[in-house]
Amino acid sequence: MEAFTRLTGLVAPIDRPNVDTDAIIPKQFLKSIKRSGFGPNLFDEWRYLDKGEPDKDNAGRPLNPDFILNQAPYQGATVLLARANFGCGSSREHAPWAIYDYGFRVVVAPSFADIFYGNSAKNGLLLVTLPTPTIERLFVESRAVVGYRLTVDLAAQTVTTPSGEMFQFDYAAGLKHRMLNGLDDIAITLQQAATIRAYEAKRRLSAPWLFAQT
Amino acid sequence: MTARTLYDKLWDVHVVEDFEDGSSLLYIDRHIAHEVTTPQAFEGLKIAGRPLWRAAATVAVSDHNVPTRDVHHIADPVAKIQLDTLARNCREHGITHFDIGDPRQGIVHVTGPEQGWSLPGMTIVCGDSHTATNGALGALAFGIGTSEVEHVMATQCLVLRKAKNMRIEVSGSLRAGVTSKDLVLAVIGKIGTAGATGHTLEYAGSAITSLSMEARMTVCNMSIEAGARAGMVAVDDKTIAYVEGRPGAPKGAQWTLALAAWADLHSDAGAHFDALVHLDAALIEPQVTWGTSPEMVLPISGRVPDPADETDEVRRTGVQNALRYMGLTPGTALVDIAIDKVFIGSCTNSRIEDLRAAAAVVQGRHLAANVSLALVVPGSGLVKRQAEKEGLDQIFRAAGFEWREPGCSMCLGMNPDQLAAGERCASTSNRNFEGRQGQGGRTHLVSPAMAAAAGIAGHFVDVREGF
Ligand code: SF4
Repeated sequence: MEAFTRLTGLVAPIDRPNVDTDAIIPKQFLKSIKRSGFGPNLFDEWRYLDKGEPDKDNAGRPLNPDFILNQAPYQGATVLLARANFGCGSSREHAPWAIYDYGFRVVVAPSFADIFYGNSAKNGLLLVTLPTPTIERLFVESRAVVGYRLTVDLAAQTVTTPSGEMFQFDYAAGLKHRMLNGLDDIAITLQQAATIRAYEAKRRLSAPWLFAQT
Repeated sequence: MTARTLYDKLWDVHVVEDFEDGSSLLYIDRHIAHEVTTPQAFEGLKIAGRPLWRAAATVAVSDHNVPTRDVHHIADPVAKIQLDTLARNCREHGITHFDIGDPRQGIVHVTGPEQGWSLPGMTIVCGDSHTATNGALGALAFGIGTSEVEHVMATQCLVLRKAKNMRIEVSGSLRAGVTSKDLVLAVIGKIGTAGATGHTLEYAGSAITSLSMEARMTVCNMSIEAGARAGMVAVDDKTIAYVEGRPGAPKGAQWTLALAAWADLHSDAGAHFDALVHLDAALIEPQVTWGTSPEMVLPISGRVPDPADETDEVRRTGVQNALRYMGLTPGTALVDIAIDKVFIGSCTNSRIEDLRAAAAVVQGRHLAANVSLALVVPGSGLVKRQAEKEGLDQIFRAAGFEWREPGCSMCLGMNPDQLAAGERCASTSNRNFEGRQGQGGRTHLVSPAMAAAAGIAGHFVDVREGF
C-alpha cells in the first residue's frame, strides 16, 4: 500500500448523495480475476452511453459529455468531492480499487458507508469527513473556480482551500499511522522479516525436509 | 514439561512471535493454491511489488472449474480465464502447478497428500475450507481467505489466535458396511454444525486408529462442517507407511530425521482438552442427510422428522424450511426416498478406497431405471489410473455409471456438472446447502457404498442388506 502524507490535487465534484458501490463499479466487473484495472469502468453507467462489459475495450465507447469526469477541466483530478453516505451498498472491495485505480487518492464527503470506509483504508484511499455546510461551500467554490485544488494534509488532519482557508478533520490514530507509513497488514508483518528469517534458519536445521524444493 | 495436545505441539513449534494482544505470528510450511481464490492475491503482490517470500513453499493445482467430460473444452470463458491465470501466475513465480491434462492433476485436497505436498507436522493452508483434510497426516491444516493467501505468499506467516482443543473420541469398532463417512456424519449429527466452532479437533479412539489413512482424510475433511477450521489425527505407523516414498516425502538421512520428529506427533497422556465428545462406533449406522445442513442427518433406519416434534421455535422453522426445499414429507422412511442422480466424488470421497467400496456394491448390477445420471469422478488423475488398472471403470460403466475426468465436479456446481431444480441426488460430497449442487437441486450426503446402493435400488437403502 502506498503511503499518504500530503497532497495538493485537482478536485472533481460528484453532486449526488448515496453514491452506491454498484454505481462506483457495476457488478458485471466483479467476475474479474484482478484488483487493478477497474479505473476505466469507475462510474461506468454514468460515464458511458453504452453498457460496459468486462471484456469490452473502453477506449472506443461513447462517452456521456454531461458526466463530470468526462469534462476537460477535471482531467487529472485526484480529489473526489462527494455528498453524504458515499460508498453505500455492497461490501465489494472493487469500489475503492476502482476509485484508486482511476487516480483518486482522497474522497471528501459529509459521510461514508461503514464497509466502504474500512475497505478504502486497507487500500490507501484517504476518506475525509467534513461537516455538511463545509462540503456545501467546497462544492460552490469548486464549480466557480476552474482548476480548483485542495491541499489535504494527513499528519495535520487538515484540508486547505486555494484561499488559505483550513478545515480540521477527524481520523483514527491507528489508521493514520498505517496510512502515513503506507503500512498494510503484510507490510506490518514484513517489519518482522528478520524474526521470520531467524525462525526459518533454526527450523532449517531441525526440520530440513520442510525446505526442500517442490 | 506440561502435557500438551497434538494441536498445542503443532502450534508451539510454528510460533514465530507472540504478540501482546494474544495473537501470534505463525509460520506456514505449505501453501496449496487453486484457481478460484488466488488471482487477486497474486495481483496484490504484483501491485505492491512484493516477491513471494519462499516460492517453493507454494504448490498449485487446478480443480474447481475443470470440466470432467472433456477437460480441454471449457465452455465458460470466465472459468477459462481463471484457469489460465493460475497457470500464468505459477509460471511467473516458478511455482509447481498441475494443470489440466497433467496426469497428477486432481482435487486440491486429494493431490496434496497424494504428492507428499502435505506431510506430518506441517502447517498447511489453502484458500479452501476443506483444507482440514490434510490434518489426517498429523498436520495443522486449515482454509484461509484471499487476503490471507496474499499474506502467506508475501510473508510465509499468518497472524492468528490459537483455537481451543476438542477431542472427539470414537471407541469400539465400526460395524461391517459402516464407513468413515458415516462416522463423521454421526459426529456432526451429534455436535451440530457449530459444535466445534472456535476449536481445533483431534479425532482419537480405537475406531479412528483402525481407519485407513484415506478414511481418516474423509473424517478430517468434514471438520469444517462441524464448525472447526482444522481437524487432525495423531501420527502412527499407518501415517508413516502412507507418506513413505511419495514425491514430496523426505528421503535418505532426512527421512530418518523426520521419523524421529514425527514420533512426537500425538497428544501427551493427560493433556488438557477444553471439550470432549464421545461416540461408540458400534452404534453408528449408515447415515443419510435429509435436510439442507450436514447436521440434518439420520441413520438409514430413520424417518424424515416432523417439525411438530420440535419444541424450539427456531429449530421447528429450520426443519420446515429444509423439508420444503427438499420436497420431503414428515414421517417418510429414508429408504422410501427415490433419487434421480448419483454423485460419487469430491475431496471427501473420491480416493481409490472410496471407488473400490462403491464398485463392490455396483458389481454385476445395473442402475435403476429412475436414475437419470450417475457420475463417478475420481479425485485425481492418479486415482483414475489406479482404478482403471483394477478394472473399476469397467464395473461402473457396465452398471450404467459415467466414468469422468478428475475435478470438483458436481460437488459445487461451478462447472458443467450440476443438478437441475428439484432433482434429488445421493452424493458423497460434504455440503447439502440449498443450491450447492445446482439451483434448486436436492442433496443427500452419504458414503460411497450408500450412494452406489441408492443408484442400484433407485432409492436409499441400507447397504448392509443384500449388497
Ligand atoms: S471437491 Fe467440493 S468441497 Fe472439495 S475442494 Fe472441490 S468444491 Fe471444495
